[in-house]
Amino acid sequence: MSTPAASAPVRRGRMPNLELPQKAQLPVAIAFVVLLIILPFFFAPGGSVMNNLVLAAAYAVMALGLNIIVGFAGLLDLGYVAFYAIGAYAMGYGGSLFLSELTGDKGFAVFVSGPAAELPGVHMNFLLILVLAIVLTTVAGMVIGLPTLRLRGDYIAIVTLAFGEIIGRIAINGDEIRLGNFQLTAGRQGITPVDKVQLPGLERFTSLDLRAWYWLALALAVLVLLVNFRLRDSRLGRAWIALREDEVAAASMGVPLVKTKLLAYGTGAAFGGMSGAFLASYTNTVNADQFQFSFSIFILAMVILGGLASIWGVVLGAIVLSVINNYLIPDVLNSVPQRLGLDFDLTEVTAGIFGFMLVIMMVLRPEGLLPERRRKLELEEGIGSDDAVYEARMA
Amino acid sequence: MSGAVAVGARDSEPVAHEAILEARGVTKQFGGLTAVKDVYFSIPRTAIVSIIGPNGAGKTTFFNLLTGLYKPTEGAISFDGDEITGSRPDQITARGVARTFQNIRLFGTMSAVENVMVGQHARMRAGLFGSILRTPRVRREEREVREKARETLSYVGLKPQVHDQLATNLAYGDQRRVEIARALASDPKLLLLDEPTAGMNPQESDELTQFMRRLRDDRQVSILLIEHDMKVVMGVSEQITVLDHGEKISEGQPQAVRADPRVIEAYLGKQESERQH
Repeated sequence: MSTPAASAPVRRGRMPNLELPQKAQLPVAIAFVVLLIILPFFFAPGGSVMNNLVLAAAYAVMALGLNIIVGFAGLLDLGYVAFYAIGAYAMGYGGSLFLSELTGDKGFAVFVSGPAAELPGVHMNFLLILVLAIVLTTVAGMVIGLPTLRLRGDYIAIVTLAFGEIIGRIAINGDEIRLGNFQLTAGRQGITPVDKVQLPGLERFTSLDLRAWYWLALALAVLVLLVNFRLRDSRLGRAWIALREDEVAAASMGVPLVKTKLLAYGTGAAFGGMSGAFLASYTNTVNADQFQFSFSIFILAMVILGGLASIWGVVLGAIVLSVINNYLIPDVLNSVPQRLGLDFDLTEVTAGIFGFMLVIMMVLRPEGLLPERRRKLELEEGIGSDDAVYEARMA
Repeated sequence: MSGAVAVGARDSEPVAHEAILEARGVTKQFGGLTAVKDVYFSIPRTAIVSIIGPNGAGKTTFFNLLTGLYKPTEGAISFDGDEITGSRPDQITARGVARTFQNIRLFGTMSAVENVMVGQHARMRAGLFGSILRTPRVRREEREVREKARETLSYVGLKPQVHDQLATNLAYGDQRRVEIARALASDPKLLLLDEPTAGMNPQESDELTQFMRRLRDDRQVSILLIEHDMKVVMGVSEQITVLDHGEKISEGQPQAVRADPRVIEAYLGKQESERQH
């Protein structure tokens, strides 16, 4: 295993074991979700708290997607931002003025109402955009999966890293990639404005009332959470874990490596795309500068901080890091360096803070905040780390 | 020498249908090194046969060729009448070949039952969407597979109390058992056991020998064994193939192989055999 957590020094966590007993899990989970549903009623509908909640939920969707690739299947993906980008562009194409040169003044509206239906460009119902984002990112996930199939550990990380960078570069320079009237991206200018989410039977979302956004993001998160749980305890989930522990043994037991890995990449990518489309609409822009390597690390840090392969851990990691990134650092602690007489804002060193947190985690509790039973074993007893005897190169 | 004609356990059956697995002129080279060289080999249906040979003779490499982990440089392998040369390991497993490993390779963080459930992967049908939706068919399959895993574990002699223990926490002998159960879970027609008695005491080895016979009789599987323990090999095998430096140097029934000067030479060194000439 060459996932970051596993390559850390093997040490026992010193913090208490936070794992819940099996029987308590479902009631606690339901109570947790109910609490999350009623949460918006305690805050101003357009305030910064709601904004943070929306972002946390959207990031949780991504982290849970990445968890399938990195946590379950053990394929270290450092280019997850690519799926954010592709999902966001799906929203950009399907819900903005961006393609107006292709459609002419009439525009092309599918299941949308209100003023957007009259505008040029393509305007689709958000459900359709979600489907589009899922299809595009699943394909992209499998495309990135293909060259990594013969690779292991560190090499997978390098290829996925490069893939993330390639997509990022294409996004930045896409304004010069033209095919007739079609421009691939809007580059650094960004596609803006982007249509607000419109769902069937509901009014279009607005930026004044963030509660609708929050509930949508929460619904997506719960959906992805459910998919995570169900896949983990399925034929496919067992195959992923088998693959993560010992590819040779897994293949010899009848697990098709290529298909199983591609399913992990594809599924994980689809959730990144879903969240990407949502965030594009929510932030009202698809700007190439958003799709940086540091975003991949940001999401990966959520997975590692929470506990690789631990579903609740990943949710917790997403919430914690999202709050630190969007609230604690910019709003609360930002002026601390200046008060100490230093000439910089804390937001300028966000990446450094996350790096420092990861180091602390690796030393104190490498298995994550809410460790998964298996991962904990792998770290504490070194299971799966001794795959030195690697007999075969798999096709 | 032609190993294509099997030394039969079932003399009454026609030769063409006797072999469950057949390797014809199989060669495997790693760079300049020839690990397996032009081996003709076949396993009669429902027979127990062994491959023996000194360390580094290419036995495990040959296993890996049969199970698809390696692709032969030259030669062809057929199983149950079908060509499997160059097939992937999972495809070969799906056709009915299962194996264990020389150094136990269980999925350590999975329970014994889960390990055996992975073994049934090729016999299951649940897909991505079925698993997400957890359709009645998927639920039923999951339940059946779990039940069958427990049965198989009991069959190989694992006590029900330890079925749900993590593989890594099991005693050594139990881990060997789980590995055999995991292989059996795919309903193989041919079972390949790579040094199954390694690390066992004579009594455990005896038990395993008995178990192999019972397995063959109960389930009509053919068994191919790599083994160093000559007592086990001579006791259980109906046919023994000897590899040395990747080449087949002898084949036949235990007594014949034991008396073969080339085998003695391979095991005891050259001088011995020169004196005999």
